[in-house]
Amino acid sequence: MIRLEKRLQPSRTLTSLTPILAVILTMIIGGLMFALLGKPPFESIRIIFWDPLFNPQFAAYSRPQLLIKAAPLILIAIGLSIGFRAGIWNIGAEGQYIIGAICGAGMGLAFYPADLFIIFPLMVITGAFGGWAWAMIPALLKTRFGTNEILVSLMLVYVAESLLASVSSGLLKNPDGMGFPGSRNLQQYPAAANTELFTNTGMHWGVVACFIAVIFAYVVLTRHLQGFHIRLTGQAPRAARFAGVNPHRVTILCLGISGALAGMAGLFEVAGPAGQITIDFNTGYGFTAIIVAFLGRLHPMGIVLAGLLMALTYIGGELAQLMLGLPGASIQLFQGMLLFFLLATDVFTHYRIRIGEA
Amino acid sequence: MTQTLLSLDGVTKAYPGVVANDNVALQIRHGAVHALLGENGAGKSTLVKMIYGLIKPDSGTMTLVGHLYAPPEPRAARAAGVAMVFQHFSLFNALSVAENIALGMESPPPQRDLAEQIKTVSANYGLPLDPYRTVGNLSAGERQRVEIIRCLLQNPKLLIMDEPTSVLTPQEVEILFTTLKKLSAEGTAILYISHKLDEIRQICDQATILRRGKNVGHCHPAETTARDLAEMMVGTSFTSPTRQSREIGDDILHLNDLSLPAPSAFGTALKQINLTVKAGEIIGIGGVAGNGQDELLSALSGEVKTTAGSIVFNGQAIGDQPPGSRRSLRVFSAPEERLGHAAVPDMSLTENTLISTTNQKDMIRNGFINWPKARAFAEQVIEAFDVRTPGPGSAAQSLSGGNLQKFVIGREVMQAPHLLVVNQPTWGVDAAAAAAIRQALLDLAQSGAAVIVISQDLDELLEICDYFGALNAGSLSEIRPIEGLKMDQIGLMMGGADSAEVPQ
Amino acid sequence: MDLSAINPVLLIASLMVSATPILLAAIGETVVEKAGVLNLGVEGMMITGAVIGFAVAINSGSPPLGFICAAVAGAALSLSFGFLTQVLLANQVATGLGLTLVGLGLSALIGKPYEGMKSPTLPALDIPGLSDIPVLGPIVFSHDPMVYVSLALVFAVWAVLKYSRAGLILRGVGENHDAAHALGYKVIRIRLLAIMFGGACAGLGGAYLSLVRVPQWTEGMTAGAGWIALAIVVFGSWKPLRVLIGAYLFGGVTVLQLNLQAAGVAIPVEYLSMSPYLITIAVLVFISARGAQAAPASLGRIFHASS
Repeated sequence: MIRLEKRLQPSRTLTSLTPILAVILTMIIGGLMFALLGKPPFESIRIIFWDPLFNPQFAAYSRPQLLIKAAPLILIAIGLSIGFRAGIWNIGAEGQYIIGAICGAGMGLAFYPADLFIIFPLMVITGAFGGWAWAMIPALLKTRFGTNEILVSLMLVYVAESLLASVSSGLLKNPDGMGFPGSRNLQQYPAAANTELFTNTGMHWGVVACFIAVIFAYVVLTRHLQGFHIRLTGQAPRAARFAGVNPHRVTILCLGISGALAGMAGLFEVAGPAGQITIDFNTGYGFTAIIVAFLGRLHPMGIVLAGLLMALTYIGGELAQLMLGLPGASIQLFQGMLLFFLLATDVFTHYRIRIGEA
Repeated sequence: MTQTLLSLDGVTKAYPGVVANDNVALQIRHGAVHALLGENGAGKSTLVKMIYGLIKPDSGTMTLVGHLYAPPEPRAARAAGVAMVFQHFSLFNALSVAENIALGMESPPPQRDLAEQIKTVSANYGLPLDPYRTVGNLSAGERQRVEIIRCLLQNPKLLIMDEPTSVLTPQEVEILFTTLKKLSAEGTAILYISHKLDEIRQICDQATILRRGKNVGHCHPAETTARDLAEMMVGTSFTSPTRQSREIGDDILHLNDLSLPAPSAFGTALKQINLTVKAGEIIGIGGVAGNGQDELLSALSGEVKTTAGSIVFNGQAIGDQPPGSRRSLRVFSAPEERLGHAAVPDMSLTENTLISTTNQKDMIRNGFINWPKARAFAEQVIEAFDVRTPGPGSAAQSLSGGNLQKFVIGREVMQAPHLLVVNQPTWGVDAAAAAAIRQALLDLAQSGAAVIVISQDLDELLEICDYFGALNAGSLSEIRPIEGLKMDQIGLMMGGADSAEVPQ
Repeated sequence: MDLSAINPVLLIASLMVSATPILLAAIGETVVEKAGVLNLGVEGMMITGAVIGFAVAINSGSPPLGFICAAVAGAALSLSFGFLTQVLLANQVATGLGLTLVGLGLSALIGKPYEGMKSPTLPALDIPGLSDIPVLGPIVFSHDPMVYVSLALVFAVWAVLKYSRAGLILRGVGENHDAAHALGYKVIRIRLLAIMFGGACAGLGGAYLSLVRVPQWTEGMTAGAGWIALAIVVFGSWKPLRVLIGAYLFGGVTVLQLNLQAAGVAIPVEYLSMSPYLITIAVLVFISARGAQAAPASLGRIFHASS
């Protein structure tokens, strides 16, 4: 009989190896899936993972895209990971992303057509504030009433999408837009644009924010008492209370941080790559960031790598759609499988297989 | 009848790193009350789980009523007539007594008939139960009754009881013994696991003693002194804690009408607790589990806040302060649950030191953690308290119960508390570690600290405390000096009788 | 604005139709959670059921066959969740989310060739005489079979949980899995069966959307119905009859806001479409403020038999 026996100490080596194992398994099963769809398996996998980086035909275009797509994922995932470590499940980052974008863009457009240095920083702060405020709804409902934050934050995503539709055709609609829904294009408004810092690298202010967030998270989680308290809350809530941690403060802090970071990511996106507020500028980063957080083992460095990997799958997926006619949804399936395989291999970090009689 | 009911021969069970049972032989006669004696970690639980079918032995045979007996699972054991009441009850809080019993039976009768049977049988054996009550609302003694009735309804030939009296008041213990004697007279054999020598001498005909997995002896408890039994159990003698006379200082702690609402549906409210403790004193608070022990510790540690004035320490009203600021005032505590409350299972001992230290030992500066200092402190505790572990980097869950408890208590003691409150300090801990912990508490009081020991183990309290009070349903009885206090007086205090009625 | 165009009788009849997919998913998830497992992958299982049911119905011409296959598909998909969480002891929240993503991606992939097609649908009941009774006729006697199936399922679950031995064992497992294990019950097996039942029900709910309610296939057509179902389980305090009320309440709000939109009410469309979600939040807050003590005690906790 095969049994699982809990390890006395979680295995350090396996903690770093399992994500790699999960990626390899996903590639294999993904390849099989493509074969079932009638597409050549090896070529498909190559197109998704290798070509965007190294194929001379595409790399010049795809490589900058990597940072552009990875930055919001990493930024949001850093915020989410802090909460997940405390057992606080912010599933509605997509909603906070949207609201942050709306608030930040709105702030910028309010100044139009002034050209002041202060406009862009103000937009960033407003974006963070918008995301923070949207996340405060589940936070306050949880601390005050004990309401489950998973369901509330998720419901608010749908509410945020409705609000987005409303402002795209209403409040923020471009007066010079000839009747089309959508806001003014922020990329064309220099004071408000999120410009590329170094040409053709894809590195915009969002990427900078992302690096800062990663360093900040690393320091806090490993060296600061607050980070220790967050880890404590997630691993042993009773011990956390014994240590004097106030669980409400942790909830508000974690949801606040993840909301603010998601809101900022939304602002960087809408003032940068997306360019304007439209009904559907959001592409699901808030949800993909959840996978990035788990894939990166809730560790800041891991999240950077996981974010880059996920960005790669997005770009590679687009490429595969172009080259092989692979449906766009297959990438979503790929990402889901990656998460599944990671969760499956994760068991070996904490448990060991024993074969024999009980 | 004096034929053998159950016979074990050469039964062995090993786990990685430890041989739980080593070639154990045992004979239980029909209708006998047979004790299985041994300290914590001797292998009693493992042996009994094999008899009940939860674990399979690596080698050896078991025979029941002359036939080979190797139950693959508890269901088979029950079918063969073996029933077991565990130390940690297998009960479902949100379900009724009848539903709980139905779940413990193979093919229970329809609910209404079952309810009737429960009423009849429970009254018959002196353990009355209302089948429709929700189990979560029952006291520990009543919950044990549910477990016992569940077993009795299946007419067992052998009833195994694992540390049954740890949750009972002295009066309830008497009731239980009457029931067991009745069962024995009717021909049901009882395998009684315990480490309480006086009880075993009172009720058991036979005793088998286990030490470190081996059967080290067999005797008739009534004819053996408690001292001889203890020596057989423990083997080497260890130093009992020494009590020296201590200098008693001023009042250091006042609890003034400390009251708290029940924390949850199944918790206990604290009702106007009044207590004064002087520096250098050790106060013992007895009472069976579920009478407010956890709640009292939470109020004192700061996990639950109350009115400022209900807890006055060194003249300061601290009842509304969180744990962190209480620790700065040198008020420390050690909760009952080692893993999950006092320490985090997956974290290293170094990380676990951070749970109860604040700025002491310079481990935290401006919010930043000085890991080398934390590690050094962990090493100090490991050294001073003889904690057996590879090092401060080991995860808390890798330590044995006794060693982890030594670490937890040591962590608090080494911060030089002025007041230390501990809840069940030696629960599930081997004898040597328990002695070391009790000595540490005595030494702490010697150095001028005030100590409050909350414990279900009356022997322990009698051994190290100066004063004794009992918690009953959230109220604290009058505090009386330990000197000259008799068992029946203690029993009444635990049962909530007015102190005026206790005979002097 | 023409409020008189809204017919209350039709409103009630259509709310039952609107609520049915969520009711099916919610009653399945109630059983799962009663057994102590939190499966957030309801959305993924529903949409998989929707696409499989649709595909099978088109290819075979038989909607009932579509429903059956949808249930099987939902159960099969849920088994992956079951395996990960019960055997490999993975975190239930993360695995549930993964299941949703896998379901959404898989269904989009499978459904690609079927977009824009119309499938055969279930006929509505038309009992001569009974169906013509004013008020009661449309509300009670004129629905398609699945509405009645869903109601029967609710009552069946209620009866089994409350009165049968299997129901008692399931409740015990959800209440205290360690005690259940100590008593010799196969916790993992029972939970896997419950998870598969939940998957089958979610699949049925999804198929109802694509075969009856809409009836068409579009990528992502469940639009959060699975999440709503999860909320309704909490709303119903894990009691089947209350889950029924919750589902119908939500169905009512959804249908009402659509009707208000159609009647040209002066509230902007976007705010009306937000309303079901806002009301769900309000209800959740209300329930938790009262004290959600009714949750099965083992809900979401990992069970590892360490005897």
